[in-house]
Amino acid sequence: MIKARGLARQFKVRGHTIDAVQGADIDVSRGELVGFLGPNGAGKSTTLRMLTTLLRPTAGEAVVAGCDLLTDPAGVRKRIGYVAQGHGAGDDQRLIDELVLQGQLYGLAGNESRRRAATLIEKFDLPADRLVGKLSGGQKRRLDIAMGVLHDPELLFLDEPSTGLDPQSRSNLWEHIRALRAAGTTVFLTTHYLDEADALCDRILVVDHGRIVAEGSPDALKGQVAGDLITLSTDAPSQAATVAKNLTGAQEFHVDGDTVRFRISHGDTVLPGLLRDLDQAGAHLLAVQVQRPTLDDVFLTLTGRSLREAESALPQGGFPYA
Amino acid sequence: MRDTWLVFVRSMRPLLRNPAVIIFSLMTQPVLFLVLFGPLLGGAGSWQWFVPGLIVQMGLFGTAYAGFSLIPEIRSGALERMRVTPVSRVSLLLGRVMRDVVVLLVQCVLLLALSTAFGFRATIPDVLLALVYAVFLGVSIGSVSYTLALKLKHEYAFAPVLSSTVMPLMLLSGVLLPMDQGPRWLYTISRINPFSHIVDAVRAVIAGDLTSSSVLVGGIIAITLAALCLLWGTNTFRRTNA
Repeated sequence: MIKARGLARQFKVRGHTIDAVQGADIDVSRGELVGFLGPNGAGKSTTLRMLTTLLRPTAGEAVVAGCDLLTDPAGVRKRIGYVAQGHGAGDDQRLIDELVLQGQLYGLAGNESRRRAATLIEKFDLPADRLVGKLSGGQKRRLDIAMGVLHDPELLFLDEPSTGLDPQSRSNLWEHIRALRAAGTTVFLTTHYLDEADALCDRILVVDHGRIVAEGSPDALKGQVAGDLITLSTDAPSQAATVAKNLTGAQEFHVDGDTVRFRISHGDTVLPGLLRDLDQAGAHLLAVQVQRPTLDDVFLTLTGRSLREAESALPQGGFPYA
Repeated sequence: MRDTWLVFVRSMRPLLRNPAVIIFSLMTQPVLFLVLFGPLLGGAGSWQWFVPGLIVQMGLFGTAYAGFSLIPEIRSGALERMRVTPVSRVSLLLGRVMRDVVVLLVQCVLLLALSTAFGFRATIPDVLLALVYAVFLGVSIGSVSYTLALKLKHEYAFAPVLSSTVMPLMLLSGVLLPMDQGPRWLYTISRINPFSHIVDAVRAVIAGDLTSSSVLVGGIIAITLAALCLLWGTNTFRRTNA
C-alpha cells in the first residue's frame, strides 16, 4: 500500500538547512495498521505530509495506494484519506455541510455523499446541525476522522489522532480506528504516545531525528531490544545474583538490599528454570516479578534517552511542519 | 467548474446564515462616505460624480479584506484538508473569489438604491455596465487578497500590508476629490494608479457617455488587471504547500 525509498525533506530556516526527514524507507502492506512513533519534531508529520502530496520530497520516491507520489499526485489524493493534526473543518460551517462537501470534493454525487454522511454521523455519534466551532474536542476529532473516511479510502493517514483528547474520548477514538482496520482499511498513523502505539498498531516504525531507527511489532520491538525486567526478592541476594548471572543473556544486574534486578529476553520462559536453580542453590524466594519492557525502554535503548526527555529537549517551536 | 461551485457554496454558507451582519459591516464605510462626505461636494450633479467612485472604493476596501477569512482556515488546517482531496487547486481560489464578487454586487446594488434617495440618478443599462466593472475589480482585488493571505499566513503580517496599500490606492484613485485639481506631481502619480482609470470609466458609464475614451481605457485596464491578478493567484494556489 505504501512503498517509499529514501524519502527525504530539507527545510531552510534563516540560512540553515534542517534535515527534517533523512532517507526514510517505508513499507506498509494492505490491511496493516502501522504506527510512526517518535518524539515531537522527529519528522513524523513531515513524512506524512510528503506521503499525502502536501509537501514535495527533496529526495526519494514513493508509491502510495498504487500511484506514484511524484508523477501522479492526483491519483494518490483520490485513493487516500488524511486526517491532519489540526482540525480540518471550518468553524463557521455546519457539521453536516462540511461532511457532505468533503464527499463531493472527492467526486461523489450530492445524494450519495449525503447518504454516507448520515451513516457516519450516526456511527460517530455527531450532532449534524451544530456549527463546527461549537463542537467539543472529541466531537471535532471524530468529525475529522469521519471526513477522512467518507470517500472510503483504501489507505487512511492519521496524524497524531488523539492529541489533546480526554481519556474517554481517546479510547472511544481507538475503538473507531480499530473498527476501520477490521473493515479492511489500511491505516498509517503517527503518535508520540507510547501507549497509543502499543494499543493500536500491528507494527511500529520508531523515528528519531528524521531517521527510522527500528521497526517491528510492539512485542517484537520490546523483546528484541530491551529484554524483560526480572525482580527477585530473596533472603540470600548474593547467592541469587550468582545463579542469575549464569543465565545466558542476562544483563544490567542491580542488587539492592534483598532485591535482585536484571534484564533478560523472554523472561517468562526463563523463569521456571531459574526458580529451580535458585531452589537448588538454597536461596529462599519471597517474591518474583517479570515486567515486560515498555516502548519507552525500547526508545531509551535505541536512542539513549527516553521519549519524554526527547520531547523536552526539543528547541522551542520545533521544526516547521515537523 | 463543479469544484469551484462547491467551494463557492461552502464560502457562501456562513454569509447566508448571517447575511445582514457581514454585508452591512463591510458597507459601513461607503455609507458613511455617502452620508457624511457626499453632501460636502455640493450641488445636485455631485452625486453623479461621487457615487460611481464609491463603487470602486467599496470594491477596493471591502474585497481587499476578503483574505482575512482564509487565514483561520490556513491555521486550523481546513484549507490543507481540502488540498489533500482531488479538488482542483485553482477552484479553491476561484470559489472564494466568486463569493466576494457576489457580495460586492449586492453591496453595490444596496449602495445605489440608497444613493437614489439622495438624488443620484442613472439608467438601468448604465448601472448594469458599471457593475461589470465592479465584477472585474472584485476579481482582481479578491484574488490578490487571498494570494497575499496564503503567502503571509498571519493576521499580523496581512493587516499592515493591506492598510499600507489599499489606503494610498484609494486616495490616488480620485474617489473622493478630482485629482486634476491637485498639484501636477500628485496627478501624475494618480494616473499611474490603474484604479483611477477604472473610476473614470465607471463615471463615464454612469453619465451615459459610452463613447468616451476613458470607458475603453478603463475597461482594458480592468480586464488586464483581473487577468494578471487571477494568474498570480492561481499559480500561487497551485504551487503552495500550506
